[in-house]
Amino acid sequence: MRALATAARVLRQLRHDHRTLALLIVVPCLLLTLLRYVFDARPQVFDSVGGPLLALFPFTTMFLVTSVAMLRERTSGTLERLLTTPLAKTDLLLGYALAFGTVAVVQTTLASALVLGPLGLDVAASPGYVVLLAVCDALLGMALGLFTSAFARSEFQAVQFLPAFVFPQLLLCGLFAPRASMADPLRWASDVFPLTYAVDGMQRLTAGDTGGGFVRDLVVVAGASLLALALGSATLQRRSA
Amino acid sequence: MDVRDLRVRRGDKEVLHGLTFALDAGCVTGLLGPSGGGKTTLMRALVGVQRDVAGTVTVLGHPAGSRPLRSRVGYVTQAPAVYGDLTVAENLAYFARVLGSPGNRVDEVLQQVDLEDQRSQRVDSLSGGQRARVSLATALLGAPEVLVLDEPTVGLDPVLRRELWELFHDLAAAGTTVLVSSHVMDEASRCDRLLLLREGLLVADDSPGGLLARTGAPDVEGAFLAIADGAVA
Repeated sequence: MRALATAARVLRQLRHDHRTLALLIVVPCLLLTLLRYVFDARPQVFDSVGGPLLALFPFTTMFLVTSVAMLRERTSGTLERLLTTPLAKTDLLLGYALAFGTVAVVQTTLASALVLGPLGLDVAASPGYVVLLAVCDALLGMALGLFTSAFARSEFQAVQFLPAFVFPQLLLCGLFAPRASMADPLRWASDVFPLTYAVDGMQRLTAGDTGGGFVRDLVVVAGASLLALALGSATLQRRSA
Repeated sequence: MDVRDLRVRRGDKEVLHGLTFALDAGCVTGLLGPSGGGKTTLMRALVGVQRDVAGTVTVLGHPAGSRPLRSRVGYVTQAPAVYGDLTVAENLAYFARVLGSPGNRVDEVLQQVDLEDQRSQRVDSLSGGQRARVSLATALLGAPEVLVLDEPTVGLDPVLRRELWELFHDLAAAGTTVLVSSHVMDEASRCDRLLLLREGLLVADDSPGGLLARTGAPDVEGAFLAIADGAVA
């Protein structure tokens, strides 16, 4: 009940912020369109990176939006205020997850419809799987953003966590270079980064594989989200200095 | 509310040095003292959000900040803790659902803080004083038995300030324990009882009249100076 109220409140805040909402929805579509025509003469490249990018957009945008939103909640005093009320930490986290999960569904449904339809991306698996994995990726980004916001003192710092937390995962996820060709320590790092599994899952869907490997990817992404939420919950201290 | 030997450390420094006092229901207590004297830290300890607290703080028979108190204690922070990107009504609707208060409470508290005309305005378009009243309104929603208010009247015009003090007394008359902090000494005369806090020590705990009689000072500011100078114990 309180989680639903929190989700409604977060969505209402977003609704007042037309520009952010537009950026969340429109930017992934624009970038994917751009990419399609960058590889105009080599559609096989678009086919191989289009799917993984559908995983990356919700992940990065939700990471950013959530870390700044939670940081505002911390710095404006509303978090402290809420923690003196009967609102449980899980209500707050679940509220955020519901709100941004909803946005992620809209974002990825539109982006997927565009990419799989007019842009002609060739994904063998059914679009439902693509949206399911993309929403899980969005929730992973949200959970990590929530967690990392605890280490930021300002919005400047929160935004800088994007290159610090997300870019290494991006470089090692297997999209830019095959993981097999990486130096051992980097491949080990790649093995523990959750984004690797998000991208791997999309690559499997592109190839039409919805079997055990895909399920493992989905479970890892969901598990990492829960872990990050638990860590994030630990940073929501009722008592502070 | 019962406070015994309350000590608070912030970093390496002890900022509250063993405070002992009790607050009575049905009375408006003023917590006065200069900025940096520990007023906010004390209030945070009373609502249970302050870390590194020693001693005991018992509120309505429970340790400060414990779960059963969270719907019974209202806390208004010095900086308004509301969502600037929501309207007044949306803020109140959210806090009402969090506190589990009935729907008609929103209209009641809007009237109490005199913000009925601003209900559809975004909070960040309001003046500082109006924002502070939105923050106060969110705390009133739950009809708390204990109300802890950190400088709620700063920056308000005198008419509004008088109205808010009347509201605090109305709430107290209905049985609420009200603690209001201020660094403006002339607000002291509006309280039933005063706690003077200076450099982490409680230097006086008296009624305004009693304080003036004891120090022989013409006003609370004078009384505070007399105590600070060590002229009166």
